Amino acid sequence: MSSNTIVIGVIGADVHAVGNKILDYAFTQAGFKVVNIGVLASQEEFVKAAVETGAVAILVSSLYGHGEIDCRGLRDKCEEAGIGDILLYVGGNLVVGKKEWEPVKKTFLNMGFDRAYPPGTAPETSIEDLKNDLSQGE
Amino acid sequence: MIEAVLLIDFGSTFTKVTAVDVEARKIIATAKAPTTVELGIDKGLIEAIDKLEKSAEVKLKYRRKLACSSAAGGLKMVAIGLVPDLTAEAAKTAALGAGAKLMDVYSYRLNNKELKEITNLNPDIILLAGGTDGGNSEVIVENGKKLAQSDINCPIIVAGNKDVQDELYEILSEQNKEFSIIDNVLPSLDKINIEPAREEIRKVFINNIISAKGFDVIKKEINSIVMPTPEAVLQAGKFISEHKLLGSEELIIVDMGGATTDVHSFTDGMPNTTGVVYRGLPQPFAKRTVEGDLGMRYSLCALIEEIGEAKIKKELPDLNLDNIIKNINEDYWNEDVTWEFENYLARHGVNKAVRRHGGTVETVYTPQGASYIQTGKDLTNVGVVIGTGGPLVNSSKSGYILKGALFNPDEPMVLMPKRCNFSVDRKYVLSSIGLLVDDFPEVAKAIVQDNFDFIEGGN
Repeated sequence: MSSNTIVIGVIGADVHAVGNKILDYAFTQAGFKVVNIGVLASQEEFVKAAVETGAVAILVSSLYGHGEIDCRGLRDKCEEAGIGDILLYVGGNLVVGKKEWEPVKKTFLNMGFDRAYPPGTAPETSIEDLKNDLSQGE
Repeated sequence: MIEAVLLIDFGSTFTKVTAVDVEARKIIATAKAPTTVELGIDKGLIEAIDKLEKSAEVKLKYRRKLACSSAAGGLKMVAIGLVPDLTAEAAKTAALGAGAKLMDVYSYRLNNKELKEITNLNPDIILLAGGTDGGNSEVIVENGKKLAQSDINCPIIVAGNKDVQDELYEILSEQNKEFSIIDNVLPSLDKINIEPAREEIRKVFINNIISAKGFDVIKKEINSIVMPTPEAVLQAGKFISEHKLLGSEELIIVDMGGATTDVHSFTDGMPNTTGVVYRGLPQPFAKRTVEGDLGMRYSLCALIEEIGEAKIKKELPDLNLDNIIKNINEDYWNEDVTWEFENYLARHGVNKAVRRHGGTVETVYTPQGASYIQTGKDLTNVGVVIGTGGPLVNSSKSGYILKGALFNPDEPMVLMPKRCNFSVDRKYVLSSIGLLVDDFPEVAKAIVQDNFDFIEGGN
């Protein structure tokens, strides 16, 4: 059964709530069923929410620069929980300071993320990507 | 001749009866006799009613006879969900909220060992959950199939993902299982929905459990056994909270017994402090938890272990604790246990039970400074704690015992009540009130007002 449920949240010790609300709104408007687990969310919470809701994608936001530490191992946890093929996206200010984007992106793709977005990406970009990725997966 | 309502509470030890004058809105008399499950439950009931009518000194004509029961093992349930912290927890919360004795909780796909376990546990009802609406559907379907093909014969209440209700209907009816399908206990991750489950559990309890436990003999005697006793207590608490009969909407009932301690809270439990973020499953306003290892007779050794022998020896140096424990192991009650020690144990039992029931806050250090995450219910604003059950009611120091429920400034992260009044259910009327709230709310109100004065010890 193909679903259009996605899990969104802000990972780690990160309390940036505004962008999270904007993404919730944008993806809902785009026709997705958004399960928003809010700020200060742990990897386990993302995984549990995805398992219980039968989600097709997990969209992780991280804005305080510690994304790399917080996101490491998320793909493994999904594998372990039986949702190894779920789409994983990540976006925000993923590293501290202004760094060249390509190496950062590569780091996250190597971690098992399907897509990584630099600071300032508009929600429309990832909505478009998600729709494409989902239609290709069918 | 007075027109009365007869309220009956079939307990595992005693059958308690209460006659209430509906016109005058007060209790006429109460009495109790040993519960007689083996000899036929009616024997103990008739004896209790005889005693009641003798002590009433007036002729009574019963307009209604209502009963609740925790006899013959109470209402034994098994809850099944998908993720332990999510649908399994919601199913557990729903079963406890319906006054059940929860035997076990299962998560994910049931394996053969677990199926065998459930068969051996022989529950009265199974609550099967799994998946939010539109969420995971494979696991609940698979578990439904396994239950359908098993030798388990108790009624199954399905309260999971609505997408597969029809499929589960087919699966369970093909195998002629007794089942019902109701709304999801966790329709989405931010919404817990235990009310439909509670109603259905009560319905099944009235229709099946009662006849299965030898209560048939009293069918002629009484109108109905309407609910399990713990649910009657929960209904009473809900009623007292809703009408603010003790001055506060937020309250706790601690029911301490020989084997277990129940805690009922009536509060939404959301953070009372700004800057605190709530995490985890949403909490029901009326919530019940049961601590099977905190009790004053059968569970005494477990309670002593939980408090810690070293701590007890330090705080009560004159007590010969080793000797007491040895004696308890041989015969769980003896003269060595003084009132002082009994009150001390009860206070700590109350403390542990309320602490486990309520929530905690932890500090998370973020680049923006400290943030706080709350899990479980915030009980700090609770205004009244009501104590019931033998150890609390029979003690001359109920207030001292109930202080165990209060917030401890040395542990600011444990969200227990900060400022509240104490009251004790001296005449064991809580379950009677729970039986009255639906049909005789005004009588229930009057009985609350007559029986729940505040005692010393509250702050």
